[in-house]
Amino acid sequence: MTKSSSSNTVIKAEKLNLDFDTNDGIVHALRDLDLEIEAGEFVSFIGPSGCGKTTFLRVIADLETPTAGSIAVNGQAPEQARLARAYGYVFQAPALLSWRTIARNISLPLEIMGLSRAEQQERVERTINLVGLDGFGKKFPWQLSGGMQQRASIARALAFDADLLLMDEPFGALDEIVRDHLNEQLLQLWKKTGKTICFVTHSIPEAVYLSTKIVVMSPRPGRITDVITSDLPDDRPLDIRETPKFLEIAQRVREGLREGHADE
Amino acid sequence: MTGLQKLLNTAAALCGFYALVTGIGALSPALLLAAGLVIAGGLRLSPVLAGAWPGAWSILMRSQFDLLISLVAAGAVLAALQDGMAGAVWALAIAAWLHGWLAVEKTIADDAHSKGFNWVVSLGVPLFFGFWLLFFWEALTIGLGIPTVLLPPPSMIGARLVSSTAILMADFRQTFLKAVLAGYAIGCGSAVLVAILVDRNDFLRRGLLPIGNFISALPIIGVAPIMVMWFGFDWQSKAAVIVIMTFFPMMVNTLSGLSAASVMERDLLNTYAAGYWQSLFKLRLPAAMPFIFNALKINSTLALIGAIVAEFFGTPIVGIGFRISTEVGRMNLDMVWAEIAVAALAGSASYGALSLLERRVTFWHPSYRTK
Repeated sequence: MTKSSSSNTVIKAEKLNLDFDTNDGIVHALRDLDLEIEAGEFVSFIGPSGCGKTTFLRVIADLETPTAGSIAVNGQAPEQARLARAYGYVFQAPALLSWRTIARNISLPLEIMGLSRAEQQERVERTINLVGLDGFGKKFPWQLSGGMQQRASIARALAFDADLLLMDEPFGALDEIVRDHLNEQLLQLWKKTGKTICFVTHSIPEAVYLSTKIVVMSPRPGRITDVITSDLPDDRPLDIRETPKFLEIAQRVREGLREGHADE
Repeated sequence: MTGLQKLLNTAAALCGFYALVTGIGALSPALLLAAGLVIAGGLRLSPVLAGAWPGAWSILMRSQFDLLISLVAAGAVLAALQDGMAGAVWALAIAAWLHGWLAVEKTIADDAHSKGFNWVVSLGVPLFFGFWLLFFWEALTIGLGIPTVLLPPPSMIGARLVSSTAILMADFRQTFLKAVLAGYAIGCGSAVLVAILVDRNDFLRRGLLPIGNFISALPIIGVAPIMVMWFGFDWQSKAAVIVIMTFFPMMVNTLSGLSAASVMERDLLNTYAAGYWQSLFKLRLPAAMPFIFNALKINSTLALIGAIVAEFFGTPIVGIGFRISTEVGRMNLDMVWAEIAVAALAGSASYGALSLLERRVTFWHPSYRTK
């Protein structure tokens, strides 16, 4: 995934700050974040709870407004990017509407964007197939397992074909086996579609396995302590996690996390 | 047979013996037959019979046999009802009921049923229960000679229902089809619309919520005469009372329903750059449906009560409330009860219809989900 960095910057944050005004005083959720993400990268954000990784994702999505500094998504302000439907967002929970079938859930963004019926149907079929849920389109979300629900929510984020995918601990609530499986599938999906993915996680192996770039963050105030570019090969079977190269990167992530904690 | 079934069967048999012993000379042939059947039902419990004729025994053990005993005995008792009747008849009435209960217990215990049969049971058991309620109402009012002014027997109310159908129908049309339906539709419909406005606008929320609360606290007997002044004697004034009664419960429920969608679901729609109306119709109103149906059900009974009470304060000479107030004055309590029966039936039917509709609309809600 080596791409020229000239015109392909998808996300560019400079001196980004965000403070929450809470009852216990001001919380510095993000402090002086500088980051550039190129098109086609798979970037993981890792760090302990409260380090601002989810907040940063929400700033990109225009669900939070920064207090200071600048951020551009596709060269636009986040709000314009949101109105232009520049990204698909996958939340921690599937957030599927329980009165809609899986197929109708996936077509929800398409309905809102006013696509024709035929177009909607064609895209729903394509994305259902992409996440391996063929035959489940007529089921309701509560009739499927947690892993399948989360796959449906990924399909929904893919349905309108935004080039940027923001994923906030999408597999956090799933068990290890389902998680491995979905990680493998996500990696294939990313290779197939060439999208830019920002992925928030708690898990070091997950971050190293998936990413081309790992952003290590630390809490109070939330800031970036290390940015690691992974030189693992593009082709990553699950057992790549046993190789020395993988463990070396994982070790560096761990050190970055520890360093963040030492300053507290 | 379970312990409960044995207990019911034994108690019925004891009632049968008592009836036969005390009434052998006095009972009518039908009652004697009933007593005989009840005793036969008791003999099933003996292990001797089970061993001697297993074929006959298994037929006698069926729930249909209990139902037969129960209905024969009930029929014989109803035919023999009179003031100051013998203890033997009372004993048979109790035995009939016990066998009815037994028949239901046995039917429910058999669990290898088709879907259609389960449906019949779920509808039939409440009806059967209702039948026994009416049976004992009839038996007690006639058997104990209760004055009809205090409580007429159901047969008398039934006769009145049949003989006065035209009047009852006219009253039903006036009170239910005109006042209740109009008031209910206007009250609930406008409350949903106002709730949407209130939800959107903080000024209206602060201003209208207290006023709605205030109006709902107004006593109906104070409001009803005023509405008659404003809207005249006919059904319009009753509809106005209903609007006042139903508005607030619906508005409050819709308001909480509109905030029922989770923050994550709202964020989701935000990421699609959905407009206000899109998120209202695609997310917030569907999520509010369980709340709205809650209010619809509460209001369906409120509306009927409101219309009937409002008719006490001025009305043309037709309507359920009007009829009740005048017939009480003329001591025609059977007519009053007939009107009550009509109102209760209409109320239950509309509640039932709403429940069915609720199931269809909010099938996705955890309380109705089927895998």
